[in-house]
Amino acid sequence: MTATDLLVQQIINGVSLGAMYALIALGFTLVYGIMELINFSHFNVFMVGSYIALYVLEAFGISGQSTLMSGWPLVGVLVVALLVAMVGCGFLGVVIERLSLRPLRGVKGPSAMITTIGVSYILFNLVLLFLGTDTKNYPNPLPPLTFAIGGAVLRLREILIWVISLALMAGLYVFTRRSKMGKAMRATAQDPDAARMMGVEVDRVIMTAFFLGSALAGAGGMIFGLYYNFTSFVIGYSAGLRAFTAAVLGGIGNVPGAMLGGMIIGLIETLSGQVVAVRWTDVIIFSLLVLVLVFRPAGLLGRVAPNKS
Amino acid sequence: MLDATTSSQSLLEFRDVNTHYGDLHVLKDVNYNIAAGEIVCLLGGNACGKSTTMKTIMGVVRPTTGTVLFDGKPIEKLSTAERVKRGLAPVLEARRLFPRMTVYENLEMGAYTRKKGPEFLEDLEKVYTLFPRVKERRSQLSGTLSGGEQQMVAIGRALMARPRLICMDEPSMGLSPLFVEQTFEIIQTINRQGMTIFMVEQNANMALQIAHRAYVLQTGKVVLSGSAAEMRVNPVIREAYLGELAVA
Repeated sequence: MTATDLLVQQIINGVSLGAMYALIALGFTLVYGIMELINFSHFNVFMVGSYIALYVLEAFGISGQSTLMSGWPLVGVLVVALLVAMVGCGFLGVVIERLSLRPLRGVKGPSAMITTIGVSYILFNLVLLFLGTDTKNYPNPLPPLTFAIGGAVLRLREILIWVISLALMAGLYVFTRRSKMGKAMRATAQDPDAARMMGVEVDRVIMTAFFLGSALAGAGGMIFGLYYNFTSFVIGYSAGLRAFTAAVLGGIGNVPGAMLGGMIIGLIETLSGQVVAVRWTDVIIFSLLVLVLVFRPAGLLGRVAPNKS
Repeated sequence: MLDATTSSQSLLEFRDVNTHYGDLHVLKDVNYNIAAGEIVCLLGGNACGKSTTMKTIMGVVRPTTGTVLFDGKPIEKLSTAERVKRGLAPVLEARRLFPRMTVYENLEMGAYTRKKGPEFLEDLEKVYTLFPRVKERRSQLSGTLSGGEQQMVAIGRALMARPRLICMDEPSMGLSPLFVEQTFEIIQTINRQGMTIFMVEQNANMALQIAHRAYVLQTGKVVLSGSAAEMRVNPVIREAYLGELAVA
């Protein structure tokens, strides 16, 4: 591989990782946009999602490098695994909100945020307790079909990750622009008191934000497994933290910002590993974050919060 | 929009309403009666409970004691959404449009509790007829409109709920004198079409010209009430509210 080929290869990888970070970042941003709450339990909802998808794939007999299925049956199984992970995580998010956050509604200060840290630990320890500490191998069910771009390789896996991410982000966009609940979400994010006065039931809006955000994290969890070919109870913290950084970098509360931030973090991760060294990746990511926040405190696409009276 | 039957029964009524913010006693044994078809104005200085009255009507603040009746039925325990469904719509202080939504989407939000059927289109057409300017700007983000245009959208948004009573919190606030006049003309127009209006207003001079009746609130108590004509000539009012305005 020439240097250019390597660069192209790392851009391909970076876009896949970036798509995953963007999906997770959207969950942080949707909830923050509506409640001004940083939901740290989101880290481990993502981790649970990767386990759910794994078990669904295994339930269909797909494990290791098996090429048990191909064609439409394989597509079907992948779609089922994705949907189960998304719906499962969506409900997990709703339950977390209902049980641990709704009782704290109206309580000022950091109690709600601290609670989400607690919930995050509970999820982490439950998985640890019941599923064990060992790293689980993720199946790689896709046929080894590749496309050459110069000397770089575009695998079917990357295309799958891109298609899933694009479809979900487009879906989210259409939902917030066109559906009644989506418009209520935007209205609540822009002016919660006024939205309530229009008859919007803000609790339902919050529930929807948790469902959607967690479902996207579930999809992110499956993508993590497909990309790295493993999952483990610790993945929530590393990937979750980077996704959170992506949300802040793009402007937390801002949907396109989360997508942009995710892509930037994904690309930095692979390119810095290639051009500098892997051990510098976090240094570069967080230095960039600090720099951006110094010059644009609200993030790349964020708006300075209007004065709410 | 509504048959302006002159029933003696109040459309909106406060019976001995008290509200508290923690230890702070805001409204003290307040009574209001607003009949269908009226414009009733609530006057008073700063922090006398005017905004709390609006919040109590819309269900943002719950009374600690007393009853709020809408159309003869108690509503003080209902959610805001339920009150909107029953026919109460707000025009909020400083308009409070959703700035990054289009004018059309803001109007849609006004009709949030309703089904989007032919009635929605009918009401949309009414709002566009009332405010041709709003129609022109319908696909623009509402945050980019001038203050006067925003006020039209805010009133249009309230009308989209097909309400029976509109509560207006300081409709003249932050508007240039020309737009203030325009706003009060609009309020009169929709009232003539049958809409009942309960309005909190600092600009007593303007408000008393279009209102039928008025209440004066002082540190949480109703100290005076009567027809707007009486109020305009009442020496206490002239000094406290109309005079104050001449100085300012």
